[in-house]
Amino acid sequence: MLYTEKLMEHFTNPKNVGVIENPDGFGEVGNAKCGDIMQMYISVNDKEEITDIKFKTFGCGAAIATSSVATTMVKGKTIREALKITNKEVIEALEEIPAVKVHCSVLAEQALKSAVSDYYTKRGIDPTPIVGIIDESAAHH
Amino acid sequence: MEKFVYLDNAATTKISEEVLKEMLPFLQESYGNASTIYSIGRESRSAIEKARKQIATAIGCLPQEVFFTSGGTESDNWAIQGTARRLARKGKNHIITTNIEHHAVLHTCEMLEKQGFEVTYLKVDSEGFVSAKQVEEAIKDTTCLVTVMYANNEIGTIQPIKDIGKICRDKGVWFHTDAVQALSNVNVNVVEQNIDLMSISSHKIHGPKGVGVLYIKRGIVLDNIITGGGQERSKRSGTENVSGIVGFGYAITEAIRDMTEKVKNINILKNHLIESVLKIPFSSINGSLENRLCFNINFSFGSIEGESLLLMLDLKGICASSGSACTSGSLDPSHVLLALGKSHEVAHGSLRISLGKYTTKQEIDYLIEVLPPIVDRLREISPLWKN
Ligand SMILES: Cc1ncc(COP(=O)(O)O)c(C=O)c1O
Repeated sequence: MLYTEKLMEHFTNPKNVGVIENPDGFGEVGNAKCGDIMQMYISVNDKEEITDIKFKTFGCGAAIATSSVATTMVKGKTIREALKITNKEVIEALEEIPAVKVHCSVLAEQALKSAVSDYYTKRGIDPTPIVGIIDESAAHH
Repeated sequence: MEKFVYLDNAATTKISEEVLKEMLPFLQESYGNASTIYSIGRESRSAIEKARKQIATAIGCLPQEVFFTSGGTESDNWAIQGTARRLARKGKNHIITTNIEHHAVLHTCEMLEKQGFEVTYLKVDSEGFVSAKQVEEAIKDTTCLVTVMYANNEIGTIQPIKDIGKICRDKGVWFHTDAVQALSNVNVNVVEQNIDLMSISSHKIHGPKGVGVLYIKRGIVLDNIITGGGQERSKRSGTENVSGIVGFGYAITEAIRDMTEKVKNINILKNHLIESVLKIPFSSINGSLENRLCFNINFSFGSIEGESLLLMLDLKGICASSGSACTSGSLDPSHVLLALGKSHEVAHGSLRISLGKYTTKQEIDYLIEVLPPIVDRLREISPLWKN
Protein backbone atom coordinates (compact mmCIF):
# COMPACT_ATOMS: atom_id res chain seq x y z
CA MET A 1 0.00 0.00 0.00
CA LEU A 2 1.18 3.45 -0.95
CA TYR A 3 -0.35 4.97 2.19
CA THR A 4 -0.87 3.84 5.79
CA GLU A 5 -4.32 3.00 7.10
CA LYS A 6 -4.17 6.06 9.31
CA LEU A 7 -3.54 8.29 6.33
CA MET A 8 -6.31 6.66 4.32
CA GLU A 9 -8.66 7.19 7.26
CA HIS A 10 -7.93 10.94 7.18
CA PHE A 11 -8.21 10.95 3.41
CA THR A 12 -11.58 9.21 3.25
CA ASN A 13 -13.01 10.95 6.34
CA PRO A 14 -11.15 14.22 6.60
CA LYS A 15 -11.83 16.26 9.74
CA ASN A 16 -12.57 20.00 9.74
CA VAL A 17 -13.25 20.43 6.04
CA GLY A 18 -14.85 23.74 5.18
CA VAL A 19 -14.55 27.46 5.63
CA ILE A 20 -15.08 29.88 8.53
CA GLU A 21 -16.99 33.06 7.70
CA ASN A 22 -15.06 36.10 8.93
CA PRO A 23 -12.13 34.09 10.29
CA ASP A 24 -9.63 35.61 12.70
CA GLY A 25 -6.92 34.26 10.46
CA PHE A 26 -6.75 32.88 6.93
CA GLY A 27 -3.79 31.34 5.14
CA GLU A 28 -3.17 29.84 1.74
CA VAL A 29 -0.07 28.06 0.48
CA GLY A 30 0.89 26.11 -2.63
CA ASN A 31 -0.39 26.64 -6.13
CA ALA A 32 -2.16 24.76 -8.90
CA LYS A 33 1.07 24.48 -10.86
CA CYS A 34 2.50 22.13 -8.28
CA GLY A 35 -0.76 20.33 -7.86
CA ASP A 36 -1.52 21.34 -4.29
CA ILE A 37 -3.25 24.29 -2.71
CA MET A 38 -4.06 24.38 0.99
CA GLN A 39 -6.27 26.94 2.71
CA MET A 40 -6.74 27.21 6.46
CA TYR A 41 -9.20 29.31 8.44
CA ILE A 42 -8.85 29.84 12.20
CA SER A 43 -10.99 31.34 14.96
CA VAL A 44 -8.99 32.57 17.95
CA ASN A 45 -10.34 33.65 21.38
CA ASP A 46 -8.84 36.30 23.67
CA LYS A 47 -6.68 33.69 25.40
CA GLU A 48 -5.11 33.12 21.99
CA GLU A 49 -6.59 29.63 21.80
CA ILE A 50 -7.55 28.25 18.40
CA THR A 51 -11.22 27.53 19.05
CA ASP A 52 -12.03 26.47 15.52
CA ILE A 53 -10.14 25.55 12.40
CA LYS A 54 -11.26 24.57 8.91
CA PHE A 55 -9.40 23.67 5.76
CA LYS A 56 -9.83 23.22 2.03
CA THR A 57 -7.26 21.38 -0.05
CA PHE A 58 -6.73 20.71 -3.72
CA GLY A 59 -4.18 17.96 -3.93
CA CYS A 60 -3.26 14.33 -3.63
CA GLY A 61 -4.29 11.90 -0.91
CA ALA A 62 -1.36 12.88 1.30
CA ALA A 63 -2.14 16.59 0.94
CA ILE A 64 -5.74 16.06 2.05
CA ALA A 65 -4.76 13.74 4.91
CA THR A 66 -1.99 15.98 6.25
CA SER A 67 -4.35 18.98 6.20
CA SER A 68 -6.94 17.01 8.10
CA VAL A 69 -4.60 15.61 10.73
CA ALA A 70 -2.87 18.98 11.23
CA THR A 71 -6.21 20.66 11.95
CA THR A 72 -7.05 18.04 14.58
CA MET A 73 -3.64 18.55 16.20
CA VAL A 74 -3.99 22.30 16.65
CA LYS A 75 -7.68 22.66 17.46
CA GLY A 76 -8.08 23.77 21.09
CA LYS A 77 -4.39 24.61 21.49
CA THR A 78 -2.99 28.08 22.04
CA ILE A 79 -1.32 29.71 19.07
CA ARG A 80 2.09 29.32 20.70
CA GLU A 81 1.54 25.58 21.25
CA ALA A 82 0.21 25.19 17.76
CA LEU A 83 3.23 26.87 16.21
CA LYS A 84 5.48 24.32 17.88
CA ILE A 85 3.94 21.52 15.84
CA THR A 86 6.35 20.51 13.11
CA ASN A 87 5.80 18.67 9.89
CA LYS A 88 7.59 15.70 11.51
CA GLU A 89 4.84 15.47 14.08
CA VAL A 90 2.23 15.71 11.35
CA ILE A 91 3.91 12.75 9.65
CA GLU A 92 4.13 10.81 12.92
CA ALA A 93 0.43 11.31 13.44
CA LEU A 94 -0.12 9.51 10.12
CA GLU A 95 2.54 6.91 11.07
CA GLU A 96 4.48 7.56 7.88
CA ILE A 97 4.19 9.01 4.42
CA PRO A 98 6.12 8.24 1.23
CA ALA A 99 9.28 10.34 0.80
CA VAL A 100 7.91 12.10 -2.29
CA LYS A 101 4.96 13.29 -0.20
CA VAL A 102 6.89 14.88 2.66
CA HIS A 103 6.31 18.27 1.05
CA CYS A 104 2.58 17.82 1.78
CA SER A 105 3.29 17.77 5.52
CA VAL A 106 5.44 20.89 5.13
CA LEU A 107 2.56 22.48 3.30
CA ALA A 108 0.21 21.74 6.21
CA GLU A 109 2.65 23.30 8.69
CA GLN A 110 3.09 26.35 6.47
CA ALA A 111 -0.64 26.76 5.90
CA LEU A 112 -1.19 27.00 9.64
CA LYS A 113 1.66 29.49 10.03
CA SER A 114 0.21 31.53 7.21
CA ALA A 115 -3.18 31.68 8.96
CA VAL A 116 -1.53 32.70 12.26
CA SER A 117 0.46 35.41 10.46
CA ASP A 118 -2.74 36.78 9.04
CA TYR A 119 -4.25 36.77 12.54
CA TYR A 120 -1.37 38.88 13.91
CA THR A 121 -1.24 41.15 10.89
CA LYS A 122 -4.95 41.89 11.30
CA ARG A 123 -4.19 42.95 14.88
CA GLY A 124 -1.40 45.26 13.83
CA ILE A 125 1.27 42.97 15.24
CA ASP A 126 4.30 42.09 13.13
CA PRO A 127 4.01 38.28 12.79
CA THR A 128 7.57 37.60 11.69
CA PRO A 129 9.23 37.43 15.17
CA ILE A 130 6.51 35.03 16.34
CA VAL A 131 5.78 32.94 13.28
CA GLY A 132 9.03 33.21 11.38
CA ILE A 133 9.24 33.43 7.64
CA ILE A 134 6.60 31.44 5.82
CA ASP A 135 8.57 29.28 3.52
CA GLU A 136 6.05 28.86 0.80
CA SER A 137 8.65 27.58 -1.59
CA ALA A 138 9.68 24.80 0.77
CA ALA A 139 6.12 23.70 0.57
CA HIS A 140 6.53 23.21 -3.13
CA HIS A 141 8.14 20.19 -4.63
CA MET B 1 -15.96 -11.29 -3.88
CA GLU B 2 -14.70 -7.75 -3.69
CA LYS B 3 -15.25 -5.61 -6.75
CA PHE B 4 -12.37 -5.45 -9.17
CA VAL B 5 -12.69 -3.46 -12.36
CA TYR B 6 -9.60 -3.06 -14.53
CA LEU B 7 -9.72 0.05 -16.73
CA ASP B 8 -6.02 0.68 -17.26
CA ASN B 9 -5.35 -1.32 -20.41
CA ALA B 10 -3.08 1.38 -21.80
CA ALA B 11 -0.72 0.69 -18.87
CA THR B 12 -0.71 -3.05 -19.33
CA THR B 13 -3.12 -5.88 -20.05
CA LYS B 14 -4.08 -9.20 -18.56
CA ILE B 15 -2.38 -12.10 -20.26
CA SER B 16 -4.68 -14.16 -22.44
CA GLU B 17 -5.34 -17.73 -21.22
CA GLU B 18 -4.38 -19.14 -24.60
CA VAL B 19 -1.14 -17.20 -24.68
CA LEU B 20 -0.18 -18.39 -21.22
CA LYS B 21 -0.93 -21.97 -22.19
CA GLU B 22 1.39 -21.69 -25.19
CA MET B 23 4.17 -20.24 -23.05
CA LEU B 24 4.27 -22.71 -20.19
CA PRO B 25 6.00 -25.61 -22.00
CA PHE B 26 8.93 -23.30 -22.73
CA LEU B 27 9.36 -22.60 -19.04
CA GLN B 28 8.75 -26.08 -17.69
CA GLU B 29 9.83 -28.66 -20.27
CA SER B 30 11.49 -27.19 -23.32
CA TYR B 31 13.65 -24.73 -21.42
CA GLY B 32 16.76 -25.10 -23.59
CA ASN B 33 18.95 -22.20 -24.58
CA ALA B 34 18.09 -21.50 -28.21
CA SER B 35 21.77 -21.34 -29.14
CA THR B 36 22.39 -25.02 -28.30
CA ILE B 37 22.24 -27.96 -30.65
CA TYR B 38 20.45 -30.57 -28.54
CA SER B 39 16.73 -31.29 -28.71
CA ILE B 40 15.30 -28.80 -26.22
CA GLY B 41 17.59 -26.09 -27.57
CA ARG B 42 16.40 -26.75 -31.10
CA GLU B 43 12.80 -26.64 -29.90
CA SER B 44 13.42 -23.23 -28.41
CA ARG B 45 15.02 -22.04 -31.63
CA SER B 46 12.12 -23.19 -33.78
CA ALA B 47 9.60 -21.68 -31.37
CA ILE B 48 11.38 -18.32 -31.65
CA GLU B 49 11.39 -18.50 -35.43
CA LYS B 50 7.70 -19.38 -35.45
CA ALA B 51 6.96 -16.32 -33.32
CA ARG B 52 9.10 -14.17 -35.59
CA LYS B 53 6.93 -15.27 -38.53
CA GLN B 54 3.73 -14.59 -36.60
CA ILE B 55 4.89 -11.07 -35.85
CA ALA B 56 6.07 -10.48 -39.41
CA THR B 57 2.67 -11.56 -40.72
CA ALA B 58 0.87 -9.31 -38.28
CA ILE B 59 2.76 -6.14 -39.18
CA GLY B 60 3.34 -6.90 -42.84
CA CYS B 61 7.11 -7.39 -42.98
CA LEU B 62 9.64 -10.17 -43.51
CA PRO B 63 10.67 -12.39 -40.60
CA GLN B 64 14.28 -11.20 -41.03
CA GLU B 65 13.11 -7.69 -40.28
CA VAL B 66 11.85 -8.64 -36.79
CA PHE B 67 14.27 -8.29 -33.86
CA PHE B 68 13.26 -9.30 -30.36
CA THR B 69 14.00 -6.95 -27.47
CA SER B 70 13.04 -6.62 -23.83
CA GLY B 71 10.09 -4.35 -24.63
CA GLY B 72 8.91 -1.08 -26.08
CA THR B 73 11.43 0.94 -24.10
CA GLU B 74 14.42 -0.95 -25.41
CA SER B 75 13.08 -0.89 -28.97
CA ASP B 76 12.71 2.90 -28.80
CA ASN B 77 16.20 3.26 -27.36
CA TRP B 78 17.72 1.02 -29.99
CA ALA B 79 15.97 2.73 -32.90
CA ILE B 80 16.98 6.20 -31.77
CA GLN B 81 20.43 5.64 -30.30
CA GLY B 82 21.31 3.05 -32.92
CA THR B 83 20.44 5.48 -35.72
CA ALA B 84 22.01 8.50 -34.07
CA ARG B 85 25.33 6.79 -33.45
CA ARG B 86 25.48 5.25 -36.88
CA LEU B 87 24.58 8.34 -38.87
CA ALA B 88 26.54 10.79 -36.73
CA ARG B 89 29.58 9.31 -38.40
CA LYS B 90 28.17 10.62 -41.68
CA GLY B 91 27.71 14.06 -40.21
CA LYS B 92 24.00 13.64 -39.57
CA ASN B 93 23.23 14.68 -36.03
CA HIS B 94 19.69 16.08 -36.13
CA ILE B 95 16.62 14.23 -34.85
CA ILE B 96 12.99 15.26 -35.25
CA THR B 97 10.35 14.12 -32.79
CA THR B 98 7.22 15.50 -31.09
CA ASN B 99 6.53 16.96 -27.67
CA ILE B 100 4.04 14.21 -26.74
CA GLU B 101 6.24 11.13 -27.13
CA HIS B 102 6.51 8.46 -24.47
CA HIS B 103 9.41 9.04 -22.09
CA ALA B 104 11.22 6.11 -23.69
CA VAL B 105 11.61 8.38 -26.73
CA LEU B 106 11.74 11.80 -25.07
CA HIS B 107 14.34 10.97 -22.46
CA THR B 108 16.45 9.19 -25.06
CA CYS B 109 16.35 12.30 -27.27
CA GLU B 110 17.20 14.50 -24.29
CA MET B 111 20.17 12.31 -23.47
CA LEU B 112 21.43 12.56 -27.05
CA GLU B 113 20.99 16.32 -26.89
CA LYS B 114 23.37 16.38 -23.93
CA GLN B 115 25.81 14.40 -26.05
CA GLY B 116 25.74 17.06 -28.75
CA PHE B 117 22.90 15.96 -31.02
CA GLU B 118 20.34 18.49 -32.15
CA VAL B 119 16.70 17.62 -31.52
CA THR B 120 13.59 19.34 -32.88
CA TYR B 121 10.48 18.73 -30.78
CA LEU B 122 7.48 19.37 -33.03
CA LYS B 123 4.56 20.86 -31.15
CA VAL B 124 1.19 19.17 -31.41
CA ASP B 125 -1.93 21.29 -31.89
CA SER B 126 -4.57 21.62 -29.17
CA GLU B 127 -6.20 18.38 -30.38
CA GLY B 128 -2.98 16.41 -30.06
CA PHE B 129 -1.74 16.10 -33.65
CA VAL B 130 1.36 16.97 -35.64
CA SER B 131 1.15 17.23 -39.41
CA ALA B 132 3.29 15.79 -42.17
CA LYS B 133 3.91 19.37 -43.23
CA GLN B 134 5.51 20.20 -39.87
CA VAL B 135 7.82 17.23 -40.34
CA GLU B 136 8.65 18.29 -43.88
CA GLU B 137 9.54 21.80 -42.80
CA ALA B 138 11.78 20.56 -40.01
CA ILE B 139 13.84 18.16 -42.13
CA LYS B 140 17.28 19.44 -43.08
CA ASP B 141 20.48 18.05 -44.57
CA THR B 142 21.74 16.90 -41.20
CA THR B 143 18.53 15.09 -40.19
CA CYS B 144 19.23 11.43 -39.43
CA LEU B 145 15.90 10.36 -37.97
CA VAL B 146 12.26 11.30 -37.66
CA THR B 147 10.56 9.57 -34.72
CA VAL B 148 6.84 10.18 -34.28
CA MET B 149 4.64 7.91 -32.19
CA TYR B 150 1.84 6.09 -33.99
CA ALA B 151 -0.69 6.74 -31.23
CA ASN B 152 -0.30 8.48 -27.92
CA ASN B 153 -0.47 6.54 -24.67
CA GLU B 154 -2.22 9.24 -22.66
CA ILE B 155 -4.77 10.66 -25.09
CA GLY B 156 -4.82 8.04 -27.84
CA THR B 157 -4.48 10.46 -30.77
CA ILE B 158 -3.29 8.76 -33.96
CA GLN B 159 -0.71 10.64 -36.03
CA PRO B 160 -0.67 10.78 -39.85
CA ILE B 161 1.99 8.07 -40.01
CA LYS B 162 1.61 7.14 -43.66
CA ASP B 163 2.04 10.76 -44.80
CA ILE B 164 4.97 11.38 -42.48
CA GLY B 165 6.56 8.15 -43.71
CA LYS B 166 6.09 9.25 -47.31
CA ILE B 167 7.87 12.54 -46.72
CA CYS B 168 10.75 10.82 -44.95
CA ARG B 169 11.07 8.35 -47.86
CA ASP B 170 11.12 11.19 -50.37
CA LYS B 171 13.79 13.02 -48.38
CA GLY B 172 15.81 9.90 -47.64
CA VAL B 173 15.44 10.21 -43.87
CA TRP B 174 14.83 7.14 -41.70
CA PHE B 175 11.43 7.08 -40.05
CA HIS B 176 10.80 5.41 -36.70
CA THR B 177 7.42 5.09 -35.03
CA ASP B 178 6.52 3.88 -31.55
CA ALA B 179 3.44 1.76 -32.28
CA VAL B 180 3.20 0.27 -28.79
CA GLN B 181 -0.30 1.67 -28.20
CA ALA B 182 -1.55 1.40 -31.76
CA LEU B 183 -0.86 -2.29 -32.28
CA SER B 184 -4.04 -4.42 -32.11
CA ASN B 185 -6.27 -1.34 -32.18
CA VAL B 186 -5.67 -0.05 -35.69
CA ASN B 187 -4.30 -1.71 -38.80
CA VAL B 188 -0.53 -1.36 -38.44
CA ASN B 189 1.33 -2.26 -41.64
CA VAL B 190 4.92 -1.16 -42.11
CA VAL B 191 4.83 -1.34 -45.90
CA GLU B 192 1.54 0.52 -46.41
CA GLN B 193 2.56 3.13 -43.87
CA ASN B 194 6.11 3.75 -45.12
CA ILE B 195 7.74 2.81 -41.80
CA ASP B 196 11.48 2.06 -41.54
CA LEU B 197 11.73 1.30 -37.85
CA MET B 198 8.90 0.39 -35.49
CA SER B 199 8.67 -0.42 -31.78
CA ILE B 200 5.99 -2.74 -30.41
CA SER B 201 5.49 -4.36 -27.02
CA SER B 202 3.86 -7.60 -25.97
CA HIS B 203 2.31 -6.69 -22.62
CA LYS B 204 -0.04 -4.10 -24.12
CA ILE B 205 -1.76 -6.73 -26.27
CA HIS B 206 -2.47 -9.46 -23.69
CA GLY B 207 0.99 -10.98 -23.99
CA PRO B 208 3.66 -11.32 -21.28
CA LYS B 209 5.72 -8.41 -19.95
CA GLY B 210 9.37 -7.90 -20.80
CA VAL B 211 9.32 -8.68 -24.50
CA GLY B 212 9.08 -6.42 -27.51
CA VAL B 213 10.18 -6.09 -31.09
CA LEU B 214 12.03 -3.58 -33.15
CA TYR B 215 11.13 -3.87 -36.81
CA ILE B 216 14.12 -2.82 -38.91
CA LYS B 217 13.48 -2.45 -42.62
CA ARG B 218 15.83 -4.46 -44.80
CA GLY B 219 18.78 -2.36 -45.87
CA ILE B 220 18.85 -0.27 -42.72
CA VAL B 221 21.78 -0.89 -40.40
CA LEU B 222 21.76 0.44 -36.85
CA ASP B 223 24.57 0.48 -34.34
CA ASN B 224 24.01 -2.11 -31.65
CA ILE B 225 23.27 -0.85 -28.18
CA ILE B 226 23.38 -4.22 -26.42
CA THR B 227 26.51 -6.20 -27.17
CA GLY B 228 27.44 -9.68 -26.07
CA GLY B 229 26.92 -13.21 -27.32
CA GLY B 230 25.60 -12.20 -30.72
CA GLN B 231 21.99 -13.36 -30.58
CA GLU B 232 19.40 -11.93 -32.99
CA ARG B 233 21.84 -12.16 -35.87
CA SER B 234 24.54 -10.31 -33.97
CA LYS B 235 22.34 -7.29 -33.53
CA ARG B 236 20.85 -7.73 -30.09
CA SER B 237 22.69 -9.92 -27.65
CA GLY B 238 21.31 -11.79 -24.68
CA THR B 239 19.86 -15.29 -24.26
CA GLU B 240 16.44 -15.17 -25.85
CA ASN B 241 13.39 -14.86 -23.62
CA VAL B 242 11.85 -17.91 -25.29
CA SER B 243 8.58 -18.16 -23.38
CA GLY B 244 8.10 -14.41 -23.70
CA ILE B 245 8.76 -14.46 -27.42
CA VAL B 246 6.39 -17.39 -27.90
CA GLY B 247 3.77 -15.51 -25.88
CA PHE B 248 4.20 -12.38 -27.97
CA GLY B 249 3.81 -14.39 -31.19
CA TYR B 250 0.54 -15.91 -30.01
CA ALA B 251 -0.71 -12.68 -28.50
CA ILE B 252 -0.22 -10.74 -31.72
CA THR B 253 -1.89 -13.43 -33.80
CA GLU B 254 -4.86 -13.54 -31.45
CA ALA B 255 -5.04 -9.75 -31.26
CA ILE B 256 -5.08 -9.26 -35.02
CA ARG B 257 -7.60 -12.07 -35.47
CA ASP B 258 -9.99 -10.50 -32.92
CA MET B 259 -9.36 -6.85 -33.70
CA THR B 260 -12.49 -5.96 -35.68
CA GLU B 261 -14.80 -7.51 -33.12
CA LYS B 262 -12.94 -5.96 -30.19
CA VAL B 263 -12.90 -2.47 -31.68
CA LYS B 264 -16.63 -2.70 -32.37
CA ASN B 265 -17.45 -3.70 -28.78
CA ILE B 266 -15.12 -1.17 -27.22
CA ASN B 267 -16.59 1.64 -29.32
CA ILE B 268 -20.07 0.89 -27.99
CA LEU B 269 -18.81 0.91 -24.39
CA LYS B 270 -16.74 4.02 -24.99
CA ASN B 271 -19.62 6.05 -26.39
CA HIS B 272 -21.82 5.03 -23.49
CA LEU B 273 -19.12 6.02 -21.00
CA ILE B 274 -18.36 9.38 -22.58
CA GLU B 275 -22.01 10.34 -22.81
CA SER B 276 -22.60 9.55 -19.14
CA VAL B 277 -19.43 11.01 -17.68
CA LEU B 278 -19.72 14.30 -19.54
CA LYS B 279 -22.94 14.93 -17.60
CA ILE B 280 -20.72 15.75 -14.63
CA PRO B 281 -20.43 19.57 -14.56
CA PHE B 282 -17.06 20.99 -15.63
CA SER B 283 -15.88 17.74 -17.12
CA SER B 284 -14.15 17.53 -20.47
CA ILE B 285 -12.19 15.23 -22.73
CA ASN B 286 -8.53 15.81 -23.47
CA GLY B 287 -7.43 15.33 -27.05
CA SER B 288 -9.42 14.91 -30.23
CA LEU B 289 -12.24 12.39 -30.37
CA GLU B 290 -11.53 11.84 -34.07
CA ASN B 291 -8.48 9.81 -35.13
CA ARG B 292 -8.11 8.41 -31.67
CA LEU B 293 -7.58 4.89 -30.36
CA CYS B 294 -10.96 3.40 -29.53
CA PHE B 295 -10.00 2.21 -26.06
CA ASN B 296 -8.50 5.43 -24.69
CA ILE B 297 -10.55 8.12 -22.96
CA ASN B 298 -8.93 10.96 -21.06
CA PHE B 299 -11.22 13.10 -18.91
CA SER B 300 -10.50 16.16 -16.82
CA PHE B 301 -12.64 17.29 -13.93
CA GLY B 302 -12.18 20.89 -12.89
CA SER B 303 -11.01 21.68 -9.35
CA ILE B 304 -9.89 18.21 -8.33
CA GLU B 305 -6.57 16.46 -8.37
CA GLY B 306 -5.99 13.18 -10.15
CA GLU B 307 -4.25 11.14 -7.50
CA SER B 308 -7.00 11.65 -4.93
CA LEU B 309 -9.49 10.68 -7.62
CA LEU B 310 -7.55 7.47 -8.34
CA LEU B 311 -7.39 6.63 -4.63
CA MET B 312 -11.14 7.03 -4.30
CA LEU B 313 -11.69 4.84 -7.36
CA ASP B 314 -9.26 2.27 -5.97
CA LEU B 315 -11.30 2.12 -2.77
CA LYS B 316 -14.20 1.12 -5.03
CA GLY B 317 -12.07 -1.50 -6.74
CA ILE B 318 -11.51 0.44 -9.97
CA CYS B 319 -8.03 0.63 -11.55
CA ALA B 320 -7.40 3.69 -13.74
CA SER B 321 -4.69 6.23 -14.37
CA SER B 322 -4.02 9.97 -14.24
CA GLY B 323 -1.64 12.54 -15.66
CA SER B 324 -1.30 14.11 -12.25
CA ALA B 325 2.26 14.74 -11.07
CA CYS B 326 1.47 13.08 -7.77
CA THR B 327 0.93 9.71 -9.36
CA SER B 328 4.34 9.67 -10.96
CA GLY B 329 6.34 11.21 -8.14
CA SER B 330 7.70 13.77 -10.58
CA LEU B 331 7.38 17.52 -10.33
CA ASP B 332 5.20 18.21 -13.29
CA PRO B 333 1.87 16.97 -14.46
CA SER B 334 1.58 15.15 -17.78
CA HIS B 335 3.75 16.68 -20.50
CA VAL B 336 1.15 15.50 -23.00
CA LEU B 337 -1.73 17.46 -21.48
CA LEU B 338 0.46 20.54 -21.08
CA ALA B 339 1.46 20.15 -24.76
CA LEU B 340 -2.23 20.46 -25.67
CA GLY B 341 -2.16 23.85 -23.95
CA LYS B 342 -4.17 22.67 -20.94
CA SER B 343 -3.72 24.48 -17.64
CA HIS B 344 -1.87 22.84 -14.77
CA GLU B 345 -5.15 22.46 -12.92
CA VAL B 346 -6.69 20.53 -15.82
CA ALA B 347 -3.55 18.43 -16.26
CA HIS B 348 -3.44 17.55 -12.56
CA GLY B 349 -7.12 16.68 -12.63
CA SER B 350 -7.06 14.18 -15.46
CA LEU B 351 -8.37 10.64 -15.45
CA ARG B 352 -7.39 8.15 -18.14
CA ILE B 353 -9.77 5.26 -18.62
CA SER B 354 -8.53 2.61 -21.01
CA LEU B 355 -10.89 -0.18 -21.97
CA GLY B 356 -9.87 -3.64 -23.09
CA LYS B 357 -11.17 -6.77 -24.72
CA TYR B 358 -12.32 -8.10 -21.36
CA THR B 359 -14.21 -4.92 -20.34
CA THR B 360 -17.94 -5.44 -19.87
CA LYS B 361 -20.98 -3.17 -19.95
CA GLN B 362 -21.55 -3.97 -16.23
CA GLU B 363 -18.10 -2.65 -15.42
CA ILE B 364 -18.69 0.59 -17.30
CA ASP B 365 -22.08 1.01 -15.62
CA TYR B 366 -20.40 0.52 -12.26
CA LEU B 367 -17.86 3.26 -13.05
CA ILE B 368 -20.64 5.56 -14.22
CA GLU B 369 -22.42 4.97 -10.92
CA VAL B 370 -19.50 5.56 -8.56
CA LEU B 371 -17.65 8.36 -10.33
CA PRO B 372 -20.01 11.37 -9.92
CA PRO B 373 -20.26 11.16 -6.11
CA ILE B 374 -16.47 10.86 -5.87
CA VAL B 375 -16.01 13.98 -7.99
CA ASP B 376 -18.60 15.81 -5.84
CA ARG B 377 -16.89 14.77 -2.64
CA LEU B 378 -13.43 15.92 -3.76
CA ARG B 379 -14.86 19.20 -4.98
CA GLU B 380 -16.36 19.82 -1.54
CA ILE B 381 -12.85 19.60 -0.14
CA SER B 382 -11.28 21.71 -2.91
CA PRO B 383 -10.58 25.43 -2.52
CA LEU B 384 -10.80 25.79 -6.30
CA TRP B 385 -14.42 24.71 -6.41
CA LYS B 386 -16.59 27.82 -6.29
CA ASN B 387 -20.14 26.53 -6.63
C1 LIG C 1 3.75 4.58 -26.34
C2 LIG C 1 4.59 3.70 -25.47
N1 LIG C 1 5.88 3.52 -25.77
C3 LIG C 1 6.67 2.74 -25.04
C4 LIG C 1 6.20 2.08 -23.93
C5 LIG C 1 7.14 1.22 -23.14
O1 LIG C 1 6.95 -0.12 -23.42
P1 LIG C 1 7.50 -1.24 -22.43
O2 LIG C 1 6.66 -1.13 -21.20
O3 LIG C 1 7.29 -2.52 -23.16
O4 LIG C 1 8.94 -0.95 -22.18
C6 LIG C 1 4.87 2.25 -23.56
C7 LIG C 1 4.30 1.62 -22.36
O5 LIG C 1 4.48 2.04 -21.25
C8 LIG C 1 4.04 3.09 -24.35
O6 LIG C 1 2.76 3.30 -24.04
